[in-house]
Amino acid sequence: MAAMATMVAAGCGGVWCRARQRCARWPGPGSRPFLRAQRAVVCNARGGAVSAGKSGLAPWIPVVGLEIHAQISSNSKLFSGSRVQFAAPPNSLVSFFDASLPGTLPVLNRRCVEAAVMTALALNCRINKKSLFDRKHYFYADLPAGYQITQQRVPIAVNGSLSYSLCIDNKMSQMVTKTVRIKQIQLEQDSGKSLHDDTRSQTFVDLNRAGVGLMELVMEPDMCCGEEAAAAVRELQLILQTLGSSQAVMAEGQLRVDANVSVHHPGEPYGVRTEVKNINSIRFLAKAVDYEIQRQIQELGNGGTILNETRAFDSKLGCTVPMRDKEGKQDYRFMPEPNLPPLILYDAKSLPANMNHQQVINIDWIHERLPDLPSVKREKLVEQYGILPEHSFTLLSEDGLAEFFESVVKQTQMKPKKVIGWILNDLLSYLKQHSLTVKESPVSSFLLADLLNLLEKKEISSTAAKRVLAELWKGEGKTPLETVKEHKLELLQDQKELEQICQAVIDGQENEVMAIKAGNRKVLNKLIGLVQKKTQGRSNPVLVKQLLEKKLSE
Amino acid sequence: MRVLSLGRWLRAGLVLPGGPASRHSGDRHSGHRPQAPPQGPAQVLLQKVSVEVLEHLEQLALVDFRDSEGVERLQKAIQFADQLHEVNTDGVEPMDSVLEDRCLYLREDDVTEGNCTKELLENARETVEEYFVAPPGNIPLVKLEEQKTYLQGSK
Repeated sequence: MAAMATMVAAGCGGVWCRARQRCARWPGPGSRPFLRAQRAVVCNARGGAVSAGKSGLAPWIPVVGLEIHAQISSNSKLFSGSRVQFAAPPNSLVSFFDASLPGTLPVLNRRCVEAAVMTALALNCRINKKSLFDRKHYFYADLPAGYQITQQRVPIAVNGSLSYSLCIDNKMSQMVTKTVRIKQIQLEQDSGKSLHDDTRSQTFVDLNRAGVGLMELVMEPDMCCGEEAAAAVRELQLILQTLGSSQAVMAEGQLRVDANVSVHHPGEPYGVRTEVKNINSIRFLAKAVDYEIQRQIQELGNGGTILNETRAFDSKLGCTVPMRDKEGKQDYRFMPEPNLPPLILYDAKSLPANMNHQQVINIDWIHERLPDLPSVKREKLVEQYGILPEHSFTLLSEDGLAEFFESVVKQTQMKPKKVIGWILNDLLSYLKQHSLTVKESPVSSFLLADLLNLLEKKEISSTAAKRVLAELWKGEGKTPLETVKEHKLELLQDQKELEQICQAVIDGQENEVMAIKAGNRKVLNKLIGLVQKKTQGRSNPVLVKQLLEKKLSE
Repeated sequence: MRVLSLGRWLRAGLVLPGGPASRHSGDRHSGHRPQAPPQGPAQVLLQKVSVEVLEHLEQLALVDFRDSEGVERLQKAIQFADQLHEVNTDGVEPMDSVLEDRCLYLREDDVTEGNCTKELLENARETVEEYFVAPPGNIPLVKLEEQKTYLQGSK
């Protein structure tokens, strides 16, 4: 085989030879097109083409592909009428079908199909109007039937894309948009949960989760580092939550991500990949991917080889370890699910005339009712309020923050461009410090708008406003005005009094006055500061500056 | 050509006669009659199923071929099924379900089942606090060659 390859290589420049090597080394699901290995995958964020350092070897290009399982948000399961609920008494949400008792048959849940169609449309996929169900066989205690009903041959949707934004070099001001291709989306059943009791050599099985509808999203290996993977998953999470097709909370297992990682030299075929599982948060996803990339580079740099294996991410140690339970390659013996006819979806053109509406799923009808996706919402915020894209990005990353912002803008005369600073710098940092969500904020949009109005009307200075906000944060129920009066934070409105104070400061700072008159304008700030001190922050700095300048020029 | 009619014949272990194929609707292969394979062990090409394949099958399907007689029956079954290759299926879409023309019924998303923990657990040999109890992980099977029954039968 090798000899033949060398012979051919001599004839056609080695390119064909490499393609054959690649196919042998990457037994992935489905075939990968020939040209993929030659496309340079360059990461703009940190950790892109990783150089091997002083040894002068060629740099390594990491390749990351994700397989994501999103639990469909529905009342009942994919093929049975038992309830979908997190944390219920063991085996209480299990029907006879879920327990795989003989004589039971699967009945498809309409809502699950609609959720998959919505997701596919949001991700620009081509929807297969006819898709098929298959059985994937393997033995495990939490899979009572011995097989999982999935869609292997013809899934419900293929060939989509997901666009996400990434900050370059940690600066929020520079954001790039990247795209990852979606290979396919398929409907499948979830398995039950196993709790291992190693001391007594037994496993406890809870089938509450068995049969819950999942959408499996397979992404092409278009990413090259942990940061990209994390950003892509975060965007997907926002999209799913906006659509309502999945609540996508990773901590509750509603969004599960497996990462396929490999490294190779530029121009060479893809390396052997490993699959990383047991990733429980977006932060850990980035860590796990980056660790695995480094581990592979080190291993290969030391002359070792990478095994095509499954590894688990240990969040405590921050590393990946081999998973012992998965031995060798699995042969799933896929076969068509004999109890389910093909799933047919319709659009406006192909809608059958005489069918019961409840039995028909119209793709166009669903498309018309899709809500605005996060990317569209962001653009609208930028356009409507004149804020920067990165501000808009942050607004949508926090649940409820965009609505809070819009509510404040409605209730205040302050310009949105100024309001956004208060929302992102002040409110958000308070929330983060105290680990609160927007909904739990002790300062309501009404209170904040009230405060900003005082500032806008120049009744208080911005320093005073920050103090008031700190007081409001205590949640004692006082209004901004009450707080201002209580702490005597109002701006001095009496011009004469202000002039007197300015004069007093000038009289007391001979050296500084001379420096200013000599041309050093910066020293003026010191004088302004002194006036502020004397007035206990109750003077308008702009006005003070004007007064001082007027007096100094006399 | 519908595959299902062979099911009966496979179980009976009989050789496929030329008749049944032409009875089918559509009459797509009216001109072609599958031939019965030549009789007699001397003319039959028996492909030996390797031990690796047997082990693989046992692990995948959890069947037990038990002894050489079981393995031989498997080999004969494979040989019998290989006759399918003699049928010309050019331009014919494979059928993978008798339900292909039926409508897939869509159920409303209502909770109608569940809450039968007690009934379900009654079927289990061992339970602990409303959990089913299973052995740990996947226990590896004993290798085929080490099984006593296999060794006995292979003399």
